[in-house]
Amino acid sequence: MLWDLHCHLSGIDGDTPDLRMANLIRFADRMGIERVVVFMGYPFATDPTAEELRVQNDQVLQALSHWHDRAFGFAYVSPKHVDASLAEIDRCIRNGPLVGIKLWVAGHCSDTAVDAIVQRCAELQGVIFQHTWNKANGNLPGESTAEDMAVLAARHPATPLICGHTGGDWELGIRAIRAHLNVSIDLGGSDPTAGIVEMAVRELGAERIIFGSDAPGRSFASQLAKVNSADISSESRSLILGGNLKRLLLPILRAKGIA
Amino acid sequence: MIDTNVYLSHWPFRRLPLDETDALVAKLRAAGIAQAWAGSFDGLLHKDVTAVNARLADECARHADLLLPFGAINLALPDWQGDVRRCRESHGMHGIRLHPNYHGYRLDDPRFGELLTLAGQHRLIVQVVVRMEDDRTQHPLVRVPGVDLTNLANVLAAQPQVQVQLLNSGRDVTPTLLRELAELPNVWLDFAMTEGVGGVAQLAGDFHMDRVLLGTYAPFFPVESSLLKLDESELGHTLRDRFTRKNAEQLTRLAGKKPGQ
Repeated sequence: MLWDLHCHLSGIDGDTPDLRMANLIRFADRMGIERVVVFMGYPFATDPTAEELRVQNDQVLQALSHWHDRAFGFAYVSPKHVDASLAEIDRCIRNGPLVGIKLWVAGHCSDTAVDAIVQRCAELQGVIFQHTWNKANGNLPGESTAEDMAVLAARHPATPLICGHTGGDWELGIRAIRAHLNVSIDLGGSDPTAGIVEMAVRELGAERIIFGSDAPGRSFASQLAKVNSADISSESRSLILGGNLKRLLLPILRAKGIA
Repeated sequence: MIDTNVYLSHWPFRRLPLDETDALVAKLRAAGIAQAWAGSFDGLLHKDVTAVNARLADECARHADLLLPFGAINLALPDWQGDVRRCRESHGMHGIRLHPNYHGYRLDDPRFGELLTLAGQHRLIVQVVVRMEDDRTQHPLVRVPGVDLTNLANVLAAQPQVQVQLLNSGRDVTPTLLRELAELPNVWLDFAMTEGVGGVAQLAGDFHMDRVLLGTYAPFFPVESSLLKLDESELGHTLRDRFTRKNAEQLTRLAGKKPGQ
């Protein structure tokens, strides 16, 4: 089983969401990736308005419309627009086919403004994905670090959370969240530096590590190489490449009646 | 296959899973690499580059059927010209590897022009490493931006006798620069840091299919990264063979020609 937690519609050819999705699947097929999770539309909007959130989620809904056997989707939400985000969660997750949320760089996840969004998604058993990066050359104004993620995790200790990009600088990110057992890491969207998976398995255990690529901006290949090359057990590799994501998705899939 | 971008010794900021030569060699062989062009991580920060290159040559000699040493040259050091000469005459190297950003000079520096001339005279391939890692993940006290490639095309156009390969240039070569470099007959690229789905095919289309070379950047990156990129791009057998072998052989032939040949 090879499932990819982290894909986008921006950065790939196609005039429509459908064409972009078809192209993404074409490359996923070449790499043996059976299912992808897609979130955010195009063009990328780092601090979207409430209307832009809706438009971007509509693009994802359209992209998935012919690919429910191959893809899941998360709703793009923002702590800058809590009411609109709650409405999008209801529209796209409670009443629609999406199965989680994506929080990007509009506001720090350590801010309590995000709490209502996290709580609402958790009530629906949706998956919660928060982008994090610890950049040596400076973060965007609202961009969360892995330390921000740890603060959020401490406020919601019973809620499963995903630390996107492992904080980018993964040697810092893994340390920042390792004490918070409700936090898993996403491996995608950083250079394929050797050793990331070995350190993560050592410090977190394989059960808290999820393969994601951040394609199409990143290559499926470079990101998959992080896991394929790692000196870990076949059981750990299997969990990372799909087992853990499936486990996180199962509650909401069952709630939606999806086999 | 010929891998044009591997390193021996230790990355200064982290131990890497395959940073012992024997382990790296075993991995390369298992992956089907028949020849690997090896530089040394020690060439980044060590001042006694002469000793760095001697160790590199000795280490490669232990696996002479696989590893070809590419010596470090630091143009900020006194008598770097002596290191160039020793790379060729004492160690029989086919190429040298430069890290301008770690050694503090730009590519429009007159010393770089002098180096190109000297390398041409010694029939050495010149590899310029554009970056070693993502700016965002560098040690906060050792932040080294990628090599500024402004004016590179002009500099290389003036030195057509020397073959120059850019390593790890993926995110730094703009489409405009790619078009300029594609017009020059003596510029080659690897794809270790080329990103995006289908990135290798895209690079070959934007640049030149006869001058794209396999580089894995092992052991900093897993060998699998560049090899899987070949699978991800829709390449036929002919193109794949060019990128993984024939183009590197052609680069070696061109660099080894005597002036006027």
